[in-house]
Amino acid sequence: MIRRGLDRLLGRGEGRADSRTVYVGHGAWSPAQPFTPPRYCDNRIVSSKYTLWNFLPKNLFEQFRRIANFYFLIIFLVQVIVDTPTSPVTSGLPLFFVITVTAIKQGFEDWLRHKADNEVNKYPVTVLDGGRSTRKESEKIRVGDVVEVLEDETFPCDLVLLQSSRDDGTCYVTTASLDGESNHKTHYTVPDIETDLLLLNATLECEQPQPDLYKFVGRMYIRREGQEPAVRSLGPENLLLKGATLKNTSKISGVAVYTGMETKMALNYQGKSQKRSVVEKSINCFLVVYLCILLSKALVCTTLKYVWQRQPGQDEPWYNQKTQKEKDTDLYLKMFTDFLSFMVLFNFIIPVSMYVTVEMQKFLGSSFITWDRDFYDPQIQEGALVNTSDLNEELGQVEHVFTDKTGTLTQNNMEFIECCIDGFQYKYGNCASELDGFCVEDGPVNKLQRKAGREREELFLRALCLCHTVQVKEPGPGLGPVDQVDAARAVEERGFIASSPDEVALVKGAMRFGFSFLGLDCMKMKIQNRNKEIEEYDLLHVLNFDPVRRRMSVIVKSEAGETLLFCKGADVSIFPRVREEEVMRIRTHVERNATEGYRTLCVAYKKLSTEAFAQADASLREARLALQDREEKLLNIYDQLETGMNLIGATAVEDRLQEEATVTMEALQNAGMKVWVLTGDKMETAKSTCYACRLFQRRTELLELTVRTLEAGGQKCEGRLHELLLDYHRRAVQDAPPAKGGVSRSWSSAVQDYGFIIDGATLSLLLKPPSSRYTSLFLEICQNCAAVLCCRMAPLQKAQIVRLVKNTKGSPITLSVGDGANDVSMILEAHVGIGIKGNEGRQAVRNSDYAVPKLKHLRKLLLGHGHLYYVRIAQLVQYFFYKNLCFILPQFLYQFFCGYSQQPLYDAAYLMMYNICFTSMPILAYSLFEQHICIEILMDNAILYREVARNASLRWGPFLHWTALGIYQGLLFFFGVHCLFRNPALQDNGQVYGNWSFGTIVFTVMVFTVTLKLALDTRHWTWINHLVIWGSLAFYVFFSFFWGGIIWPFLKQQRLYFVFANLLSSVSAWLVIILLILLSLLPEVLLVVLRKPRASHIQQLKMRSSARKHRDFLSNTGVI
Amino acid sequence: MMASSYSAKEEDGHHSGAPGPGGVNAKSRKPDNTAFKQQRLPAWQPILTAGTVLPAFFIIGLLFIPIGIGLYVTSNNIKEYEIDYTGVDMSSPCFNCSQNYSWNSTKPCTCSVAFSLDQPFESNVFMYYGLSNYYQNHRRYVKSRDDSQLNGNLNSLKDPSKECEPYRTNDGLPIAPCGAIANSLFNDTLELYYNDPNGTKIPIRLVKTGIAWWTDKHVKFRNPVGDGSNLSAVFQGTTKPVNWQKYVYQLDTDPDNNGFINEDLIVWMRTAALPTFRKLYRIIEKQGDATPTLPRGNYTLLITYNYPVRSFEGRKRMILSTISWMGGKNPFLGIAYITVGSVCFFLGVVLLIIHHKYGSRSNNADIAS
Repeated sequence: MIRRGLDRLLGRGEGRADSRTVYVGHGAWSPAQPFTPPRYCDNRIVSSKYTLWNFLPKNLFEQFRRIANFYFLIIFLVQVIVDTPTSPVTSGLPLFFVITVTAIKQGFEDWLRHKADNEVNKYPVTVLDGGRSTRKESEKIRVGDVVEVLEDETFPCDLVLLQSSRDDGTCYVTTASLDGESNHKTHYTVPDIETDLLLLNATLECEQPQPDLYKFVGRMYIRREGQEPAVRSLGPENLLLKGATLKNTSKISGVAVYTGMETKMALNYQGKSQKRSVVEKSINCFLVVYLCILLSKALVCTTLKYVWQRQPGQDEPWYNQKTQKEKDTDLYLKMFTDFLSFMVLFNFIIPVSMYVTVEMQKFLGSSFITWDRDFYDPQIQEGALVNTSDLNEELGQVEHVFTDKTGTLTQNNMEFIECCIDGFQYKYGNCASELDGFCVEDGPVNKLQRKAGREREELFLRALCLCHTVQVKEPGPGLGPVDQVDAARAVEERGFIASSPDEVALVKGAMRFGFSFLGLDCMKMKIQNRNKEIEEYDLLHVLNFDPVRRRMSVIVKSEAGETLLFCKGADVSIFPRVREEEVMRIRTHVERNATEGYRTLCVAYKKLSTEAFAQADASLREARLALQDREEKLLNIYDQLETGMNLIGATAVEDRLQEEATVTMEALQNAGMKVWVLTGDKMETAKSTCYACRLFQRRTELLELTVRTLEAGGQKCEGRLHELLLDYHRRAVQDAPPAKGGVSRSWSSAVQDYGFIIDGATLSLLLKPPSSRYTSLFLEICQNCAAVLCCRMAPLQKAQIVRLVKNTKGSPITLSVGDGANDVSMILEAHVGIGIKGNEGRQAVRNSDYAVPKLKHLRKLLLGHGHLYYVRIAQLVQYFFYKNLCFILPQFLYQFFCGYSQQPLYDAAYLMMYNICFTSMPILAYSLFEQHICIEILMDNAILYREVARNASLRWGPFLHWTALGIYQGLLFFFGVHCLFRNPALQDNGQVYGNWSFGTIVFTVMVFTVTLKLALDTRHWTWINHLVIWGSLAFYVFFSFFWGGIIWPFLKQQRLYFVFANLLSSVSAWLVIILLILLSLLPEVLLVVLRKPRASHIQQLKMRSSARKHRDFLSNTGVI
Repeated sequence: MMASSYSAKEEDGHHSGAPGPGGVNAKSRKPDNTAFKQQRLPAWQPILTAGTVLPAFFIIGLLFIPIGIGLYVTSNNIKEYEIDYTGVDMSSPCFNCSQNYSWNSTKPCTCSVAFSLDQPFESNVFMYYGLSNYYQNHRRYVKSRDDSQLNGNLNSLKDPSKECEPYRTNDGLPIAPCGAIANSLFNDTLELYYNDPNGTKIPIRLVKTGIAWWTDKHVKFRNPVGDGSNLSAVFQGTTKPVNWQKYVYQLDTDPDNNGFINEDLIVWMRTAALPTFRKLYRIIEKQGDATPTLPRGNYTLLITYNYPVRSFEGRKRMILSTISWMGGKNPFLGIAYITVGSVCFFLGVVLLIIHHKYGSRSNNADIAS
C-alpha cells in the first residue's frame, strides 16, 4: 500500500504529462487525501473559425493576407493620398466588391459550422451525479462524470465502459463514423464492478489523450470498504470512443475520460484549412514577376524623369509652369510621389478584374460538374456535388491518387463465390431455384462425377457454420417464438452481425448449401443441417482472430460427445499446419482464386481427445486470467493447439468491386497517376482487392513492409526495417532502368512492375525519429511502384501518408477518395478531396471538395473535366497577364515621349473598360466552354492527361512565351503608331491628330489584336464564343462612337470628343490598324502552324472523321 | 436467397418509384439534359494547319504588296518643303529675334527667310508650323484646360476649373481661356510672299479657316452667349492669359473665327501626341486649273517672331506640303506594307514547301498508327 502510494506519487511527480487520474463520479480517492479536482477541457467541440466579434478584423486580415488583395489595397490608398493620373474609384470599387462578396461567403460558411457545433454541443445526455441521473447538455460533461447512453445514441465523449445492460458485460458499438468499419464491435465492461454504480468508489489512471484509435492503456483502482483496492487493467476494449454508436445494447454507463477537443475523434479531426490550387500559386508567382516589372518600370521612369529634368529648361519650361504647391514640395517627397504615380499609372498590368474573372470562371465552371448527367446515379438519385470551386483545375493535375478501399474501391458487400472441398470445386451457380439442394452437380468440375464424399462436404459446411463469431441479430420485440422449421428463414430475415463482413458471407454461403446457423444460445451453437434437423454444439472456446496469426478457431463439442477444433484462416497460416498431401489438392484452387481477387480462407479441423482438450482448456483458462503478457501466453497456446489439423477445403469470398473500378483504376494509371490504396482493413483483404481491380497484376512483384516481414528476420524491428528498405530500394529504384522522358515511365511492359505494401504499425515505426531519415528512401521506392497499398491505417495515418507524399520534392498534386468518416482526415489533407456518396454516412461528402456518387465517375471528373478546367484556367491566367502587358507597355513607352510626366496614353474610360468590358467576356467564354479536345476523346485516351501534367501550361516556359508575345505586340503597337505620327497630318484635308488620337489608334489595334489572338486559340466555337468575341469587338466600336459622340456634362475634359469617328475617316489610320493587327498575329499563326501537330490534334481529326461516319450511319438508319 | 434479394431490389425500385412527390423530386434533381449544361453545344472546331493558312498568306502577300507600292508612290508624290526658322545659328535671319526676346516688348520682332521651290506645288498647299522638343503632351500641360469654359459655359468662364492652375486667375480676374495650353498659344505670324522674277513680292493668300476639326469648331468650342452680340461684352470680367498680347475676343476680326472658336486656338488646344509635332497653320487654296498653287520660284517667309523656344532647346519650323488621300507625306506606311506583304508571300512559299514535305509524312504516320 505504501509502496503503491509512493509509486503513484512518484508517477505523478515525474510525469504529469504521462497520465491522468480520473475520479469516477468525482469520488475522492480516500478521505484522508486532499481532493483536488484536476482541470481538463470541457466537452465542447469547436470547428468554427470566427466569432461575432472577431469576424470583421480576422476575416479582413485573412483576406488581405492574399498578396493580390493587399496589393490592390495599397494601390487604392496611394490613389487616395497622392495626385495620380487616375481616380481612386477605378481600383477602390472593384476591390470593395471582391472583399465584400468573399466576406459574406465565408461568414455564411462559418455560421453553418456554428450551427453544426451547437447541434453536437447542446445534445442532451444523462449524467449520474451524486446518485441522481440528470439531463445535461453534452458540452457540460466533465472528466469523471458517469454518463448513460442508450441504444443507437452516439457517445458524447470517450468513455470507459462500466456497466452494460447486457448480461455478459459487453456492448456492441459501430465505429462507422470513426474508422469506417461498419461492423459491430464488442466492448467489455471493467470486470468486478458493483452493479450499483453509486456505490462505486474507484479511480482511474490512464494515458494522456492521443489520437491512435486502437490504443488505450489504463488502470482502474476499485476501492471497497476495508479492502485493498482492486486493480484492473484497461485496454482499448474498455474504451468507447466519441462518435461511435451504441448498437444492440439497450443501455450502458461509462465514465468520461477524455472530453471535448481531447477525445480521440477530435484529435483525429483536422481543421479544414483553405486549399489553394497550384494555379493560384502560379498566379501568385507570375504576380510577383509582374510586380517586379511594374516596380522596375516605375523606378526607371522616375529615375529618367529626374535625369531628364536636370537638363536646362525641361523641368519647367515657360509654357508649362508648376503650381505653387508643386514648387513647395520637397524634392525627395516629390520623387516618391512620382514613383507612386507611375505605379498607379502602370498598375493596370496587374488587374483586379483577373481575380474577379478567375473567381467567376471557377464558380460558373464548377456548375458543369453539378450539371453533368453522367454523374447522376439513379440509385441514390443524386448527381455530383461541388463543395469548393477553387480546385476545379487541380482535378487536371493529379499525380497521386489515394483511395480508400472499403466502400470506395469495393462495395463492402462480401459475397460467397465458391468453395473447394478436398480439391473439388463447388460453385454456387445457377441453381438458386433448388431450395436446399447442394447443387454440386451443376458445377463444371462435378459434371465429371468427381466430388468429395458427402461426409467431407458436410464436415466442411459444419465447419463454416461453427467456426466464426457471428451473432444472429436479435428479433425485435413483439415477435413470438419462432418454430423450428421456420427458424432458418427467420434468421435469414433477421440478418447477422459480425466483426468482419466476410464471416457473414461464409455463414450465408453455408446456408445456401443447406446448413444454417441459427444462433448462439447459452454457449450452445445451433445449426440446421440439410435435412432440416437441428444440431447443437457446445461452444467451448473461441480462439480469436488476430492479424499476426491470421486465423481463428473454435473448439466445440458435438451432441455425439466429440470435441472438435475448427480452424479457418489465410492459406499461408493454415498450410504449414496441415498435412502436405492435402495441401497439394487445394493449393491450385486457392492460388487461382487469390489472383482473381477473391478472399480465400482455408478451413481445417482436428479432433481433440478428451485429455488433450482438458489440458488445453486448463491452460487457456489460466492464460486468460494472466495479468501479465496475457496476449503472448494466449498466442502460445493457440499455436500449440492449431497444429496437426486436417485440411477440409477452402472458400472464396468476393468483396464486390464498385462498378467499373478496374477500368477506372486502369485509366488513372494510364493517365500517369500513382494509385495508393489506404485502408484500415486487413492486409489480405486489401491485397485481394488490389488484385481484383488490377492495381497489382500477376507479374507485379510485391515489396512488403509489414509487421510480419519485420518480425520474420528475428532482429530488432528497426534494424530489419532499414535492411528491407535498402533492399527494396536497390531493387525498385537503383536496378530499375532509367526512366525515359519521365512521362512515359510505366508504359513499356518489359519493365518489372513493383507493388508496395506497408501497414500502419510499420509506418509509424518508419516515421519515428530514428528511422525518419529513411522516409525519403521509402518515398523513392513508392514513386517507382505501380501501386502502393497501405493497410491497417488509422485515419490520421492516412493523412500522414498524404502529407508525406504531398511534401516530397516537386510537391506533387494529391487526390484522396473516400466515402467514410475515417477518410475525412486524408480528404482534408490532400490537395483535392473527393467524397463518394456511399452508404457510410455523409461525413466524407461534407468534408470533401467534390463528391460523386460512384468511384467510376472519377474518370470523367479527372480526365474529362479536370483536364479541360486546367487548360481553360491556364489559358485564362496567361492570357490575362499577356493582354495587360501589351495594354500597359505602350503606356510605359509613351512616358519616354511625354517628359516622364505620367501622362496616360489612353483615355480614362478606355483604361477602366479595357479589362471590364472590351476584353473580359471572350476569355470568360473561352474559359467556360473551351474543349480543345472533346471530352469523349479525353476519356478514351487517358494518356492525353499527361500532356498537362505538372502544371505544363503554367510553367515558366509558356509564361515567357506569353510575356514575349505581349512585349512584342506592345512594342509593335506603340512604335507602329509612333512611326505613323511622325507626320500627324493623316486626313485628306490636312488636319492633324493629337495625343488622344494616338492613344485611340493604339488602343483600337490592341483590342482587336488581343481579341483575335484569343479567337486564334479557340478550338471550340460555340455560338456563345461567336457572340462574345464578335460582340465585344462590335461593342468596342459602338462604345467608342458613343463615348466620343456626346459632350458629357459630368466630364471635366472632353478628350475623346469625335476622336474615334475622326480616326475612321482617315485611310491611313485604317491601313495602320489593319497592318498592325496582322503583323502582331503573324508570329502566333506561324507558331501554331509550324509546331508539330500534336497527338491530340491527330486524334481530334480522326475522331471527327469517325464521328462524321457515325452520324452518317445514324442518319442513314433513320435514328436521327 | 438470390431470388429473394432480387425481389428485394425490385421492391426497392418499386418503392422509390411509387410515391408521386418523391418521383417528382428525383426528376428535378437529375440534371437537365440540355446541350449547354452537358457541354455539348454544337461547335465549329477549326484547326490551323499549314494547309489552311497557306492561302491566307498568299492572299495577304498579293494584297499588301500592291497597296504598299501604291502608298509609297503616293507618299513620294507629295511635295513637302520645310524651313527651320528658329534662328539658332548666327547666320540665320531670325537669330536676332531669337536672342533678344522678352514677353513685354511691344515692338514685334520680324525676320524673313528666303527660299526657293524647285518644283511647283499643285493643288491645295497646306502650311504647317512645327515645333520640336515641345512637350505639349506633358501631363501637367495636357490637363491644364477647362473644356467647359471653352464650350461656352458661363459659370466656368467666371470660375475656371482648378486644373487650370497656375493659369487660372490673374490679378483676381479669371483668365479666359484658362490653363497652360491656351496661355502658350503659338503666336508667331507667318506670311508668305512669292518673289516674282521681276522683283516684286506678291503676297500669297493664306486661308485661316478649315484648319480645325469640324466638330471642334462647331460643337466642342463655343463662345459664351451673353446679352449682347458683342464678344467683348461677354468676356467682360475676365482677363487675357498671361502671355497673350491681346484678349481672346481680339484674336480675329471675323466673328466666326473669334473668341473661343478661333481656329488657331482650336488647333493649338488639340495637344500633340509627340514632342516633335506640326500643326496646321494656313491653307493655300488652288486658284485655277491653269497655274499651280505654288509655282516654281523664289519665296520669302516673313515671320513675326513672338514665340520663344530657345529657353527649352526647341525648334520652330514652317512646312509647306501638299496632301493626298492618305494625308501628309509619310513613307512609313508604304514601306511597311511592302515589307509585310513580301514577308507573308515568302512565308507562304516556305510553308508550301513544308506542307508538301511534312504533310505527306504526317499522313503516312497517321496511316501507320
